[in-house]
Amino acid sequence: MEKPILIREDGLRHDGRKPDELRPIKMDVGILKNADGSAYVEYGGTKVIAAVYGPREVYPRHLALPDRALIRCRYHMASFSTSDRKSPAPSRREIELSKVIREALEAVVFTELYPRTTIDVFIEVLQADGGTRTAGLTAASLALADAGIPMKDLIAGVAVGKIDGVIVLDIDEVEDEFGEADMPIGYAAGIEEIVLLQLNGVLTREEFNKALELAKRGAEQIYKLMKETLHKKYLKVLSE
Amino acid sequence: MKLRILVADRQIVRPGDLLAEIEDSTEHLEERIIPEKHIYIKNKKIYSDTIGLATITDNDVQVIPLEGVYFPKKDDIVIGLVVGVGITNWIIDIRAPYKAILNGSEVIEGFNPIQHDLRDYLDIGEYVLAKITIFDRTRDPVLTIKGKGLGKITEGAIIEVKPSRIARIIGKKGSMLNLLTTKTGCNITVAQNGIIWARCPDNNKLDVLVKAIKRIEEKAHMRGLTEEIRLFLEKELGEKREK
Repeated sequence: MEKPILIREDGLRHDGRKPDELRPIKMDVGILKNADGSAYVEYGGTKVIAAVYGPREVYPRHLALPDRALIRCRYHMASFSTSDRKSPAPSRREIELSKVIREALEAVVFTELYPRTTIDVFIEVLQADGGTRTAGLTAASLALADAGIPMKDLIAGVAVGKIDGVIVLDIDEVEDEFGEADMPIGYAAGIEEIVLLQLNGVLTREEFNKALELAKRGAEQIYKLMKETLHKKYLKVLSE
Repeated sequence: MKLRILVADRQIVRPGDLLAEIEDSTEHLEERIIPEKHIYIKNKKIYSDTIGLATITDNDVQVIPLEGVYFPKKDDIVIGLVVGVGITNWIIDIRAPYKAILNGSEVIEGFNPIQHDLRDYLDIGEYVLAKITIFDRTRDPVLTIKGKGLGKITEGAIIEVKPSRIARIIGKKGSMLNLLTTKTGCNITVAQNGIIWARCPDNNKLDVLVKAIKRIEEKAHMRGLTEEIRLFLEKELGEKREK
């Protein structure tokens, strides 16, 4: 595939978005009956489902921690989520993303309240179009809240990137592939803590600061939507 | 400690929502959680740690959760399912992150593991109404069935609800439970782990009771729920009588 025009002459991106504009976002919670908590998140073409179980007993037993809950996280891409079939076996990349998402969640969950138990988080990518880890993190955080697990704050995930020299918000697959840098962050906007930050590519110090600021603003918009989504679940019951 | 409360009573709050600010405290308060109130304090601010209803009682704020698993507490009445039989004890599932233990000596007087087979008294798949006597998180909860009304459940129906809804099913000073009992004529035992044991005069009454309980479970965050349930019960039971 040849490199497409990422920033058009009018300053807009290849899909017509402004540099600081998010893709259309959709969210829902409580979508799975069997899970203790669940969520569905859509960032444009990226579609992710998350399910949370627990706190529950740990099997195998020896993994249990005596002083806090164990958080286990599986980030997985469905074999039909990409244009070429993806092998369903966990890849190097998926194992890494499971780890960074788990560590982001550990920063906000009060695990010390449930010693010798486990909280299992499953993230399934149904359709991948860039920003799957950030959409997955958003979904996981919503699902944890939906399961009633005590935590400091919700986490909104969003990626920023540099394409053709321009710092842009919420990059998609094409922009990720042909851009110069990609920086996903996880941001707990209420307590103003960054719980996940990765950077692939090169940014100057000024660009980094600008990108981080842009990511925070984007995450705040997503954070607001997450809170509304949790609220809506209960309002829906009342209006019926 | 004086609080400036920023939420309304019975407002739905989510993790990380600011509930109140501590106004007059001059000393530095370190970050801490108060798990039973579902709040945490950081930088003189009080936040919610879960999704629930904010409840304000004179100069205090707490959150009643709307979701969550049952977490055992000493002296709670629970209904458990026998899932395992050992030599000296039973393993009971109380829908908590930990399996509970019921010792043989609790049920059998002069218990001797050589003489007695525990399966003769309680077998897998049977329910017991029990009380938690020991629980400190480092070890699994221990149950007792010594007490009024406790023991094996031999009749009636078991209704499972979300444990977070139990407070609503009982209601303020037992108002909701009173309503359910008097209107349906059922004998209802509500266990803290989200299991309800009902003994009803007939199946019609049981059906109505189950429907009412499911309605409470769904609309736990609604104001004036007791009144709605009263109307619902009157309508359902009235119709049944006409038939």
